[in-house]
Amino acid sequence: MNLTLFLLFPLFTALAILFAQNLKQIRSIALAGSLLQLGLAVKLLLAYNAERAAGNPAQMLFEYVQDWFAPLHLQYHIGVDGISIAMILLTSFIVVAGILVSWSMETLSKEFFFLLILLSFGAYGFFISLDIFTMFFFLEVAVIPKFLLIGIWGSGKKEYSAMKLALMLMGGSALIMVGIFGMYFSSHTSTGAHTFDLLLLSKMNIPIATQKLFFPFAFIGFGIFTAIFPFHTWVPDGHASAPTAASMFLAGISMKLGGYGCLRVATFLMPDAAHEYSWLIILLATIAIIYGAFATMMQTDLKYINAYSSVSHCGFVLLGIGMLTKTSITGAVMQMVSHGLMTALFFAAIGMIYSRTHTRMVAQLGGLLKIMPFISTVFVIAGLSSLGLPGFSGFVSEMTIFMGSWQNPDNLSRLATILACASIVVTAVYILRAAGKTIMGPITNSHYEQLTDASWNEKFAAVVLISGILIVGMAPFLLIDLIQPGTEIIINKLGAAISH
Amino acid sequence: MSHPIYIALIPLIPLACFLILGLFGRKYFSNSAGIIGTLGLLTSTLLSLSTAYEYLFVSGKVNGVFQKIEVVKFTWLQFSPGVSIDLGLLIDPITVMMLVVVSFVSLMVHLFSLGYMKGETRFATYYAFLGLFTFSMLGLVLSSNIFQIYLFWELVGVSSFLLIGFYFEKPSAVAASKKAFIVTRFADLGFLIGILVLSFYSHTLDFGVLIERLTTSGSPYLTAINAASFLGVSALTWGLLLVFMGGAGKSAMFPLHIWLPDAMEGPTPVSALIHAATMVVAGVFLVARLFPVFALSDPAALNVVMYTGAFSAFFAAVIACTQTDIKRVLAYSTMSQIGYMMFALGVSKYNGEDGLGYMGSMFHLFTHAFFKSLLFLGAGAVIHMVHSNEMKDMGGLRKLMPITHISFLIACLAIAGIPPFSGFFSKEEILMASFESNKLIYAVALLTSGLTAFYMFRLYYSIFWSKPADAHHHGHHGEGTLSMKIPLILLAILAVVAGFVPIASWITADGTAIHSSIPITFSILPVTLAVAGILLATRLFKTSNELPERIAIQMGGLYKAASRKFYIDEVYLFVTKKVLFNLIGRPAAWFDTNIVDGFMNLLAKLTASLSELIKGYQSGKVQDYALYFFGGIAGLIIAFIYLWK
Repeated sequence: MNLTLFLLFPLFTALAILFAQNLKQIRSIALAGSLLQLGLAVKLLLAYNAERAAGNPAQMLFEYVQDWFAPLHLQYHIGVDGISIAMILLTSFIVVAGILVSWSMETLSKEFFFLLILLSFGAYGFFISLDIFTMFFFLEVAVIPKFLLIGIWGSGKKEYSAMKLALMLMGGSALIMVGIFGMYFSSHTSTGAHTFDLLLLSKMNIPIATQKLFFPFAFIGFGIFTAIFPFHTWVPDGHASAPTAASMFLAGISMKLGGYGCLRVATFLMPDAAHEYSWLIILLATIAIIYGAFATMMQTDLKYINAYSSVSHCGFVLLGIGMLTKTSITGAVMQMVSHGLMTALFFAAIGMIYSRTHTRMVAQLGGLLKIMPFISTVFVIAGLSSLGLPGFSGFVSEMTIFMGSWQNPDNLSRLATILACASIVVTAVYILRAAGKTIMGPITNSHYEQLTDASWNEKFAAVVLISGILIVGMAPFLLIDLIQPGTEIIINKLGAAISH
Repeated sequence: MSHPIYIALIPLIPLACFLILGLFGRKYFSNSAGIIGTLGLLTSTLLSLSTAYEYLFVSGKVNGVFQKIEVVKFTWLQFSPGVSIDLGLLIDPITVMMLVVVSFVSLMVHLFSLGYMKGETRFATYYAFLGLFTFSMLGLVLSSNIFQIYLFWELVGVSSFLLIGFYFEKPSAVAASKKAFIVTRFADLGFLIGILVLSFYSHTLDFGVLIERLTTSGSPYLTAINAASFLGVSALTWGLLLVFMGGAGKSAMFPLHIWLPDAMEGPTPVSALIHAATMVVAGVFLVARLFPVFALSDPAALNVVMYTGAFSAFFAAVIACTQTDIKRVLAYSTMSQIGYMMFALGVSKYNGEDGLGYMGSMFHLFTHAFFKSLLFLGAGAVIHMVHSNEMKDMGGLRKLMPITHISFLIACLAIAGIPPFSGFFSKEEILMASFESNKLIYAVALLTSGLTAFYMFRLYYSIFWSKPADAHHHGHHGEGTLSMKIPLILLAILAVVAGFVPIASWITADGTAIHSSIPITFSILPVTLAVAGILLATRLFKTSNELPERIAIQMGGLYKAASRKFYIDEVYLFVTKKVLFNLIGRPAAWFDTNIVDGFMNLLAKLTASLSELIKGYQSGKVQDYALYFFGGIAGLIIAFIYLWK
């Protein structure tokens, strides 16, 4: 399996879009391209499982190395394990759904679809990279389109939001850069040569003092992408101003880049520091979870509700990583997949409602179930998934994190776990408030009665995301089997860090 | 044991009904949905009966002791070695009893709804939700793993949310469904943490292994969990009480009962299903499932169960005497009867004849299911006719609805504990068990049973007597369709005969048959009290008079407090609105926009003003640059001269 295809497919799709004549062609190309990505991702999954079934024990499969800029030891080094495949699959699901909900995007459609595809190019590149500098490069590729997507096609105070998002994420990138340079410059101590190579770095022991110095940079830097407290404020404004597909990409893909980076780069490469700072991660994550949930409860705009709830849900990812047990880290990866799918679904549903009623204010909406049963059902499914109903993905990932967190018997971990558990009650409160007012209840505005239910593309998008949510929720063992070998290696490294 | 597939079908058939009707019901089955659902449930009921028969008479007993049999099990979600959520089917006496009760009552409700919900625009959706609920409830009672039961527990919660909020255009229904879900979810938080505590020390989630590890004296697991303590209470007690909190939420025990009366906003047949026979007894079932651990290892936790149950039983009975909405009377009476089941478990011990309370509790669960669902369905028939839930709109209906009247009367006699109706037998066992164990509880139970008879007959007379029949003009309606009458008749028969089912030889704490014989002399007191309650109700409510009102006025504050449900709702409202929203939510949101985000904006502004400041130096004027240039050179020269040493 040639992983470079994950870069070539989006690249050619993007190029083809530039040469397209009209909206019809543009969106057909985009959809075809995104479906090809999805097919490729599924093929990768099958190929990976076949390799593992054949007994291939390598940490990373389908590796490929090519010098890129030798004097600085920059390499194009790619390869995947189960964790990256889970992220790649997630990305491909969301790209398909995102393209579908943007079907009737008429303003500057060529540029819009071009940027969406470019964003997926960055995300795939990030997830397949095994060289932390290349990873950083792709991370940046994935940021810039977001600035334009919000600034140009956004709504409300879009310039402010776009600027805020870009600046805060760039700030995160700067911190990450410091972190990876720190590792680079300390890498020669054991091998004699500098390297950005993730696998080589993981095999050497970076001096503890260096780790302690650079871990916070890398972790907080990636953490900003996944809305670590108190650097989460780009999330609500960014989401609220972004067009639907961009919100879906932002929550479903971009926030996952951060979680993946926290795990793969910061925690994996600097395990001693991870132990050292674990209390701080747990603390920040718990604050994000509880405080995000309570802040959500006070929101009146559907997009703000979902954005703040994302802060809370991504807190679970960080909590799982910070707890440093195998179960909790597995749970964190599951939560990334789960949150990506369900938040994207939620944003899709909100977008469908907004495009019809032209409002996202909970107080103005009401009784939509009677008028648009399909969209309302999608909304309710997204909500139930978000509040952790069994059968949907949120339940299994949250429960795995709770079980994993409870394995740490110290008081801080216990308190954090209990508060995290308590947050799911608050989640129920805000989800039911939102659904009870908008979906149920009497119809608030008589002109809503003329509105139509979902069109084929919207239904298709919803079905794609819901099937992802259901697969994870009903057959969690599939996902666990996929990511377990990857988390095991991370845990072994963390375990080795305690012993020496 | 019978083939696993065949037991698995019991919950899977209702699930299939849910999927088929949920996905395609609106389009293709808008009229036939009821028939499809009912036939599905009929199959499930027959399978349940046959499973029960097979277990009780053929394969369940080994050497005179009923066994717990795990029919099938597969690992669904592995957390760590040995700790996983397994989906399994566990068959034991309480499971087979619950299978029969749940599927049968659900079948009756399916049947009754054919007439009751006729003409409803979301008819198919209604049956889909009924299927989902029945699936979840059957899955719950079959669970072989504590996390599996939690999973179905949540599904039960959400399907009851969907059913209570079925009339989604009514704001009160939406509010009630939210309240039910959130209150029980809050209770489930305890359940979840309880699972975490218990599994942490026992290293398993499997019921069988868990119970074995936590009841074998001297096992390292039991030693560890007893040694650990928090706030002076052992981890075992914490774990069990937290799990019980979940049970108390679903079973509407004080103070987590507030959702139940409001939940009456749902369609009435739904109340017969959820709030009489199935979901509300889930908490009792849960305690019964973990009963060995409670009884053998932690009597302290069991005491909490006992006092909670007894208090709820009495408290609810007092409130029930003052309510005027017939469904609310029934709701409080349910709470009270479940209190009976709870404290019966609480007074019980584990071995042999000492396990009388456990047996009585399960017995009462069994008989209560029939007469209470009958009461709700009867109330449904009445509401269907008069289009109101209020007692004042009723009266004199006995001539217009003879079948409803007789069946309702039977149910009232059963719940009041009049021999030979079913409630008498199960209540006697409970009274006997509490008499032997704790006199205070016995006194409360006696008093409550007198109150029960009183408020049930208050209800009965207000509906069927009180006023002359011609006070109504609703007669043109008739009593409802045949499909509504059949369940009433069937349930009435069961309300009479269910007391003769030999539960004592089937369902006991340790699986061995017990021979309970209650002397007639013991029954005199409770029956006398029940009769007294009925007579008092007859005096006050049989004919419309002013006496009840006068008494209410004389009782003053007490009556008012009881009719306002002792202001528990107001307390909750205060806590949620004032504390959660105003003291936590609002400040959190304010802090976020003003402090956290404010800081980020400040940072941005500072950067901007700094650049504004520096920008001035890039003026584009050559003179300025020349000045900086020479100034720089001069500075360097000075620096070199002084620093070059």
